[in-house]
Amino acid sequence: MPDSSIVILVGGEAGQGLVTIGQLMAKALVRAGYEVCVSQDYQSRIRGGHNTFVIRTGLDVFHAPCDKVDILVALNAETVARHKSQLTPGSIVVADEAIDTTGLNALRVPFRTLASKVVQDNVVALGVLGQTLCKDIGLLEQLLREQFAKKGQEVIDQNLAVLRAAYAWVKTQDHGFACLPPAPAYPAERLMLTGNEAIALGALAAGCNFCSFYPMTPGSSVALTLAEHAKFMGTVVEQAEDEIAAANMAIGAASAGGRALVPTAGGGFALMCEAVSLAGMLETPVVFVVAMRPGPATGLPTRTEQADLNLVLHAGHGEFPRAVFAPGSIAECFSLTHRAFAMAEKYQSPVFILTDQYLADSLQNAEPFNIDGLPEIPGPLLEPANPATYKRFALTADGISPRVIPGFSKALVIADSDEHTEDGKLTEDLTVRVQMVDKRLAKGQGLAAEAVPPSLFGEEGPNGSKDVDLLLVCWGSTFGAALEARERLAEQGRSAAVLHFGQVWPLAPDQFLPRLIAAKRTVCVEGNATGQLARLIRQETGFRFQGQVLRYDGLPITAAYILRGLESIL
Amino acid sequence: MVSPEKRSEASAAVSVDDYGQFDTAWCPGCGNHSLLAAMKQALVGLGLAPHQVLVVTGIGQAAKAPLYMNCNMLTGLHGRSLPAATGARLANPDLTIIAESGDGCNYGEGGNHFLAAIRRNVDLTLVAHDNGIYGLTKGQASPTTGKGQVTKAQPFGQPSEPFNPVAVAVTMGAGFVARGFTGEPEHLAGLIQQAVQHKGFSLVDVFQPCVTFNHVNTFAWYKQRCYKLGPEHDPRSRDQALDRALEFGERIPIGVLYANDRPAFGVDLPTLKLGPLALRQPDFEALRGVMRSYL
Repeated sequence: MPDSSIVILVGGEAGQGLVTIGQLMAKALVRAGYEVCVSQDYQSRIRGGHNTFVIRTGLDVFHAPCDKVDILVALNAETVARHKSQLTPGSIVVADEAIDTTGLNALRVPFRTLASKVVQDNVVALGVLGQTLCKDIGLLEQLLREQFAKKGQEVIDQNLAVLRAAYAWVKTQDHGFACLPPAPAYPAERLMLTGNEAIALGALAAGCNFCSFYPMTPGSSVALTLAEHAKFMGTVVEQAEDEIAAANMAIGAASAGGRALVPTAGGGFALMCEAVSLAGMLETPVVFVVAMRPGPATGLPTRTEQADLNLVLHAGHGEFPRAVFAPGSIAECFSLTHRAFAMAEKYQSPVFILTDQYLADSLQNAEPFNIDGLPEIPGPLLEPANPATYKRFALTADGISPRVIPGFSKALVIADSDEHTEDGKLTEDLTVRVQMVDKRLAKGQGLAAEAVPPSLFGEEGPNGSKDVDLLLVCWGSTFGAALEARERLAEQGRSAAVLHFGQVWPLAPDQFLPRLIAAKRTVCVEGNATGQLARLIRQETGFRFQGQVLRYDGLPITAAYILRGLESIL
Repeated sequence: MVSPEKRSEASAAVSVDDYGQFDTAWCPGCGNHSLLAAMKQALVGLGLAPHQVLVVTGIGQAAKAPLYMNCNMLTGLHGRSLPAATGARLANPDLTIIAESGDGCNYGEGGNHFLAAIRRNVDLTLVAHDNGIYGLTKGQASPTTGKGQVTKAQPFGQPSEPFNPVAVAVTMGAGFVARGFTGEPEHLAGLIQQAVQHKGFSLVDVFQPCVTFNHVNTFAWYKQRCYKLGPEHDPRSRDQALDRALEFGERIPIGVLYANDRPAFGVDLPTLKLGPLALRQPDFEALRGVMRSYL
């Protein structure tokens, strides 16, 4: 089906309240029954600069941003200048009457007439936007009541009056913008949350009760979400003195019975690599969230990229097993985070969730998560069968030794970062060394056997995807854009399928190699410059993709970007 | 911290034999031997059984200490004993947790963690084996090596001023700051006991000779200089404590330099009042409420 979405871009300087306008409008749309996908583009500063909050909305499901703009809410003149080239036919600009909108279909808003205080400008913009979309004022009134609940009735009433004035003013204007088509009465309540909020909720559902972190965009919001809910959930959240401390604290907490999460971004994670190796050696379950942004070094601190797959795959010296998940949607941020904890606990290993700035910050609607339907993750083992003979690293067929928490029985739990014997003490017995390497790596076999298969979208012939002309392969947040590109191709009469990897390590080739081989053409879509997943798949299977669509300018991949890239390949 | 119930439960049964005797990898004459003996004596004196104690170390010759006594042990990374011990403490308020490592580990590689531990005031005891040299890596200068001391790595003499851990700790208002000497093992055992009993972060910096690599700060060097603080010293006075902490020359005081009643980390944190993390069940009802806040 053709793209029926409407894109609202709210732009201005940091500190002008554009996020408030955007969040309230997005929530009103979700409550009204529309699909919503928000992308936030901001600069690394608290005031000034040029930031945007982009809401893509409509009745069809989509999980990616797109390049066009239908409603441009310009809080300053720069926003008009920067974005007018993206405006579609039939679009509209909402701007203060003092801003030059010559040649554009514009609602030139008399902000100072509609609101006496500058601080209420965002409510004016919200009201103008709401009436332009022909949305029921009741939705926004309720949201303003919730927003200002703590400030008292007087403030609520003042803002409601401004909102109503804005609605009334738009009704007097002949702007010609087509209303959003009415949404069907939505059958159930829906959530609106970001990828990082969904990761935090997935962690809580998995029994996570400890989070240590050092602030770094775009990873911090996972910790901030856990901190926000700590008074209800009891989660211990500690801001460490640095990333090295954060990772080592998590290992200490997990060793003593906590279920630990460490959120960070690429640069911070680089500092944690020695601790990752320690978790591998001590066989400690710790889940790391690495929210990617463009590097190297400080790179583009507030933009998006998928360039840290190699880092996470290889982080930490020595050889030890790990698993790496790459959620592609809000729903997967929740479910794969739960899965990450289940795997970390079962295989007593570091496990990683790779997300990126786009998905981390993207507000989207989602069905309420099915908390009761999740598989149970067993709690910690407090007492071994025989405390007197307990050995922390007992050799077993699958490499998994009973992991007892110290202090709850007479068993002594001994764990040494040196190579160690079954009872955990330092050894230089080289026979034991080989046994212990084999034991640790045996857990990798189990992790591979339990790998989440990549998900296939699109027509499937009797032998996998053999009837498909094109197979788009993607991982992480690129998923939404790839799905949409598939729909655009279908409109052009071209059959395409999407294979999305929600887990990128370990890879189980039986799950996907026949499909890659059967497809007439395969293209790997990634948000990096070197094709890291394509290289990994080739390394593991020998399979070489016919083409790659790569993006590394700091912006999220869109369907249009993929289609442009395919033009030179197909 | 040792709760009275735990003490009485175990004290009758605990003896130094419970902590075992092991062959060590240390040089004969190394201060680690008598520090290990003092540690065992202190824990027995507190009535703590080995399974009630978790010793968290970094890397170095000192960090091997818990290998040579029965206890729960987590030997982690060089410099990182304090963060790992902090994590363990936040996860379990009932264990007795001791971080143990050398001067290079605690004050060099882990310097930022040392400062953070004092600020945070988490209830754990840091026993710093301080021999003024790197032993495991064979004799380079450590943060507490004296200025001008010649080593293989510093052939023109160690060029930097030495770090004074007790003065830094006193200046930052640490809750318990003591200095011991392995030539006074009974006295040292008493300091470790008081440190473990203190509710909050406690530092015991322990002078000890390195017979192989430090030919300046020998047993005799310390023996001539160290004197025990007497009743004239008021450890509640930060001014007096700082004067004594800075006394480092012909005479060096050992004993409790400084103590105060700063509340330990987390006594007012609702998330830490709910008991050990290992005993908590996920609260799905609360989680459903949290999820509803996103409607």
